[in-house]
Amino acid sequence: MKSNQNPQHITRENVPDEWFTWREKNVKELEMVSRPSLSYWKDAWRRLRKNYLAMAGLIFLILLIIMAIFGPIVSPYDANKQSLSEQYQPPSAEHWFGTDGAGRDVFTRTWHGARISLFVGFMAALIDVTIGIIWGGISGYKGGRTDNVMMRIIEILYGIPYLLVVILLLVVMGPSLTTIIIALTVTGWVGMARIVRGQVMQIKNYEYVLASKSFGTKTPRIIRKGLLPNTMGPIIVQMTLTVPSAIFAEAFLSFIGLGISSPNASWGVMANDSLGAILSGNWWTLFFPAFFISFTMFAFNVLGDGLQDALDPKLRK
Amino acid sequence: MLKYILKRLLIMVVTLWIIITLTFVLMVSVPGSPFNSEGNSNEIVQQNLAKHYNLDKPYHVQYLLYLKSIVTLDFGPSIKQPNQTVNDLLGRGFPISAELGIVTIIVAVISGITLGILAALRHNGVIDYLAMGIAVLGISIPNFIMATLLIDQLAVQREWFPVATWKSPMHMVLPVLALATGPMAIIARLTRSTMLEVLTQDYIKMARAKGLTPWKIIVKHALRNALMPVITIMGTLVAGIMTGSFVIEQIFAIPGMGKYFVESINHRDFPVIMGTTVFYSAFLIVMLFLVDIAYGILDPRIKVAKKEGE
Amino acid sequence: MEKILEVKDLHVTFTTYGGTVQAVRGVDFHLNKGETLAIVGESGCGKSVTSNAIMRLIPSPPGKITAGKILFKGKDLAKESEKKMRQVRGVDISMIFQDPMTALNPTLTIGTQLIEGLKQHRKITDSEAKKRALEMMDLVGIPNPAERMKQYPHQFSGGMRQRIVIAIALICEPELLIADEPTTALDVTIQAQILELFEKIQDVTGVSIILITHDLGVVAKIADRIAVMYAGKIIETGTKREIFYEPQHPYTKGLLNSVPRLDTKGRLKPIDGTPPDLFSPPEGCPFTARCPFAMEVCNKVYPKSSNLSDSHSVDCWLQDERAKQLLATMVTN
Repeated sequence: MKSNQNPQHITRENVPDEWFTWREKNVKELEMVSRPSLSYWKDAWRRLRKNYLAMAGLIFLILLIIMAIFGPIVSPYDANKQSLSEQYQPPSAEHWFGTDGAGRDVFTRTWHGARISLFVGFMAALIDVTIGIIWGGISGYKGGRTDNVMMRIIEILYGIPYLLVVILLLVVMGPSLTTIIIALTVTGWVGMARIVRGQVMQIKNYEYVLASKSFGTKTPRIIRKGLLPNTMGPIIVQMTLTVPSAIFAEAFLSFIGLGISSPNASWGVMANDSLGAILSGNWWTLFFPAFFISFTMFAFNVLGDGLQDALDPKLRK
Repeated sequence: MLKYILKRLLIMVVTLWIIITLTFVLMVSVPGSPFNSEGNSNEIVQQNLAKHYNLDKPYHVQYLLYLKSIVTLDFGPSIKQPNQTVNDLLGRGFPISAELGIVTIIVAVISGITLGILAALRHNGVIDYLAMGIAVLGISIPNFIMATLLIDQLAVQREWFPVATWKSPMHMVLPVLALATGPMAIIARLTRSTMLEVLTQDYIKMARAKGLTPWKIIVKHALRNALMPVITIMGTLVAGIMTGSFVIEQIFAIPGMGKYFVESINHRDFPVIMGTTVFYSAFLIVMLFLVDIAYGILDPRIKVAKKEGE
Repeated sequence: MEKILEVKDLHVTFTTYGGTVQAVRGVDFHLNKGETLAIVGESGCGKSVTSNAIMRLIPSPPGKITAGKILFKGKDLAKESEKKMRQVRGVDISMIFQDPMTALNPTLTIGTQLIEGLKQHRKITDSEAKKRALEMMDLVGIPNPAERMKQYPHQFSGGMRQRIVIAIALICEPELLIADEPTTALDVTIQAQILELFEKIQDVTGVSIILITHDLGVVAKIADRIAVMYAGKIIETGTKREIFYEPQHPYTKGLLNSVPRLDTKGRLKPIDGTPPDLFSPPEGCPFTARCPFAMEVCNKVYPKSSNLSDSHSVDCWLQDERAKQLLATMVTN
């Protein structure tokens, strides 16, 4: 391109006379070269796509969800069918992930466990977000005394050790899928509420919100149209961190005897059941649930990191 | 500052009170708990419980007396081990758990900060990727899986370390490693990100413009500011290490509080569950409080901001 | 006059994900002893990068000085080792930053931050260092210096902090002071006070000053000479009088027209458009696209420098005889 415009032999000493004519349409040309402006979400997506680790995490999670849905259907085995003759079969063409101590197919159980673990994770995150947005949104938007009271409550709840309360509630309610999700969300929403409040407080003073206020727009509409879309970034990031922590908490609870009871095995239950087996050499019974717990957490973590970088407006240029 | 401390203290007391009340309310409603003991068959236990929890009195009196017994640090008898009180178990278990916890914190903080700083100073270099790789793995692998892997690889297959129990420094290596990996990873990531942010600050550039050596800039200007956020998460980390110790003590057969706690859950030994929950909560809440105060002392901006804000 | 600093054909690039930014593309200027040179331009034109390059404070990577010389008292700083540069920074050359709110470390006392540079470079006792720090605080006009030394930055106002930053910069008696937008972050009344302080310290210490700014009001007050920078090049340089009263480059004229003045009538006129993308800087004059007098040649070849006096030079094709004819025909038409 350069050589088209400026052939080599022309230097500033010997420019031809005919170049000394006025130039037209300067400004138009300027607009042509300026880079296209991208919307917030498009821009964030463009940046996320460049983060290979985060994309790998995202793809892993999508595959996992697909397998959680279709894995148990596709597999010829029943997740809970015990078979003493098939105890501790190593991975083979028949049993891809081997069988466990009760002769159950680990491959089928892994995807079955994925359903439960992901369900717990996503439900916990969803409930946290719902309560957190309502609480944090009202607290941050109203401000003043309302905010003060709501924040005091949050401060008190924040001090309560999360897992201890979960344990206490599960001891009382008895462990089941529902009670685990309830227990995980009883104090879990507090972090989300704090984040939403902080965001709302910051944004509500921006000109565009003040402007719509002065036009007499009603409060719920301002919250829905003006504030929420702009607080989505940190909320999404927080969600990607809530899901794995719920999955981890569920695995932890299984371990201390408060997990979802068999035969409805989650990954945590599977791993807990197999802790002894690894010492007797039947590594696959622990490996697959442990691998998927760890990799799911890993995937959410790198995706969360990537989203944080991608959605942070400070990094936009 | 004093006003700030008083305010925090008040919140702390309210939080504790809520937890104690919660344990009471929950226990009243559960069959087999000391307050609702249809499920218990053992006569002696039954008498002990009735005596300690004043079961002959109405609920509100029971509640007040329960509050009183906790304030005076008397957590009552155990159901499953009739000759033992909860205080006995705490007295035996706590020193061991504290030892495990303190060693873990020290290991996690030192290695986490070192890793984080190295990663930040070699931003986007090999060390950075390596350190962050370790950190993400550390966060992703649950500690009970880590513990099992360590036992299998380093104790069973290689016999470098003892498999379990709590007798010598060699016995400490694996449980501490399993327990410290998570917090270490969190500290490393946090240190790295704050360090990176601090290094772009104008005052760092200013320090360079003064001609200070890189070492001085890092230690005197960057590190101090980069470590502030690490202090704020110490409370949460202690909580994590504590709950983690439930599992680790179980796996390594360490006779600490966590082990008793998990056993009490499995046996539904409610007085022990209540007692340890309250004890743990109180401990954590005090830790959070201390962290807050420490932060206020270390960051000169906080004091004035609070003073003016009040 | 003795030249204290001479920058020759300086090139600085930044390697980013999006490509290589040519932030500074062949900059030449010099600074005489005891004078104040203002480097003026819009944000992103490379003036801050130039000043950081002199101090060798460009973060590397991504930044790199790819060519050119930075001669400070005859010594080429572009080629010095990092260790040698540490003995230059703060001692021979000091720097003042734009935002006094962020330039001071919030967790260290003012006294510590004042003294540490001195302790780094001089063999000096604590009490001597403290005495010197008190003198400096006095010089920059901070009341109750002994008491104020024990305080933290957040206990000072913006103007006071900038005075402290100046005191820190001057404590080792540097010969050259680079001030990067020293008044931009301050209130207008405070700006005037800080500018007066600059004049005062120049009188007292005889320090040479490079002033980086986009604010021509600041320049009018304290600069001796002005270099106008655009898209990584210095396009016009001259004494304050020459630049203000006989500006030659259309960009310089545009800058002056966008500043309120008492002696001109009519409306303020902003310059249309934005500076070019320095990922792929234009072959010709970078101002072509915004220039009301753009010719075909401007877009194709970068103009040579024309010297209008010993001190005044400009890079513009309008100085060419053929362009002058073209202008003349336009006027007659």
